[in-house]
Amino acid sequence: MAGVAATAAAVRAGARRARDVVDEHLRAIGAREGEIHAFNTVLADEARAAADAVDETVAAGRDPGPLAGVTVALKDNMCTRGIPTTCSSRILDGWRPPYDATVVVRLRAAGAVIVGKTNLDEFAMGSSTENSAFGPTRNPHDPSRVPGGSSGGSAAAVAAGFAAVGLGSDTGGSIRQPAALCGVVGVKPTYGRVSRYGLIAFASSLDQIGPFTHTVADAALVTEVLAGHDPADSTSIPKPAPALLDGLDDGVDGLRVGRITDLPSGADPDVLERVDVAFAALERAGATIVDVTCPAFTYGLTAYYLIAPAEASSNLARYDGVRYGLRVEAADTNAMYMATRSAGFGDEVKRRIMLGTYALSAGYYEAYYGKALKVRRMIADDFAAAYTQADVLLTPTSPTVAFPIGDKTENPMAMYLCDTYTIPSNLSGDPAISVPFGTGAADLPVGVQVLAPALAEPLMFKVARALEANTS
Amino acid sequence: MSERITVDEVVHVAKLARLALTPEQLEAMTAQLDAVLEHFADIDELDLSGVEPMTQPVPLTNVLRDDVVVAGLDRDEVLAAAPDVVDGRFRVPPILGLAE
Repeated sequence: MAGVAATAAAVRAGARRARDVVDEHLRAIGAREGEIHAFNTVLADEARAAADAVDETVAAGRDPGPLAGVTVALKDNMCTRGIPTTCSSRILDGWRPPYDATVVVRLRAAGAVIVGKTNLDEFAMGSSTENSAFGPTRNPHDPSRVPGGSSGGSAAAVAAGFAAVGLGSDTGGSIRQPAALCGVVGVKPTYGRVSRYGLIAFASSLDQIGPFTHTVADAALVTEVLAGHDPADSTSIPKPAPALLDGLDDGVDGLRVGRITDLPSGADPDVLERVDVAFAALERAGATIVDVTCPAFTYGLTAYYLIAPAEASSNLARYDGVRYGLRVEAADTNAMYMATRSAGFGDEVKRRIMLGTYALSAGYYEAYYGKALKVRRMIADDFAAAYTQADVLLTPTSPTVAFPIGDKTENPMAMYLCDTYTIPSNLSGDPAISVPFGTGAADLPVGVQVLAPALAEPLMFKVARALEANTS
Repeated sequence: MSERITVDEVVHVAKLARLALTPEQLEAMTAQLDAVLEHFADIDELDLSGVEPMTQPVPLTNVLRDDVVVAGLDRDEVLAAAPDVVDGRFRVPPILGLAE
């Protein structure tokens, strides 16, 4: 199937009907969705109607926008007015949001067509898309394995050809890790770059929306559409969105690419070998490889798994059976809260709420949450020091290739370790991208991660493009 | 088990979080939280004196919009999503006087 830019160009020129593009993807969904389970909801009728509207715009001589006729799979934690938005949780059973997320408004205004809402780990808490109330999503490269998570449905949808673009949210790696495991590009922009209005909150100081695509150029194009200030999100950066396609192919000649010599251990040899090949490829393309140290990264996992659950325990207090979603009736309000929350949340969500409540509770706040915030500062300082010596950093995205379904479900700590290399940039707020870079064990995809300073997306995409161009 | 967290503490935290856990769930939760906290003890070896806590990546304070009237969400549409509504308001069971 054609890429994002090619599809939009053909539809805008009237050479291809958006309706045909959408029908092609709906056929792909019909052929393989039963096996993959990427979607919670497929919006076939809505997508056909939206495509027809795009075609009418073209027929009327007007421009539908830079994503004309481009199909999008939307993670089911982003609000769509009148369309169920579940977070893959029973607690939002039956809920239809009264408004659209800003990213949904922006995508539609650019001519994109949403084909469905994708599966995720419940409330985006997980690294495998197994913690869903609606069952796991499977990896299109090997359906006995996980697609990664928590945005595993969107990653799998793009990898399987169900949609040209996936949208995910990344709190500790939930876009980049599934991108790596599914062999697609995944982007976490700078914190605040993309509006989170209408993204159902998990950990508000960490969450960021970004795209999945097959190519770096397509990811840049979609990020251009998504990025920019939004008055409806008070954490949105009040700066214009950067141009990302200009200079994308300029290469890495003269750039300094940092290798973190004290990176936390735990990555498999097949993954580390691909990262070495990536360093060599960039060096051949003219970059200089420099050694940097980031000693606090080793403590990033602990800081993250205190801060994120702490914020989640607060954010998820709103699910109380009063204003939306599930209610389990009981004799009084407090009993109703407890019955509703106990029936509505799955095991991992309960575990994180408990962990976060504990870390914030009297007597433990300083020992856990307070310390975690200081470690967060140390990690941001490590990045700042590294960027005085290097323009970008290169690391593995995930410590392993896609693992078998059920492999880590009984051991929360083993699952948490999947996020070792993606967490630091959520803590610092800096942008990062995972680029498919060949295969490792069992011929499964390996992703290499490019990390860049805050707001340096143009540089990040340029290096990612150079990696993509030198993958062989 | 190192007993970084006890069953009694888990019972207390569950109450704070408004979660009802069965005895089996309490036992499993205690063991899992204990294992996680065991791992998290790694930060105890750090000297954090003088380190400024970091609560958010992009420090923006007092973000205000212009004081102009804009349309809010449609009330009927919002209430339509609620489990129980009466006279344009959310309806809940009795708040005082029953359990506990």
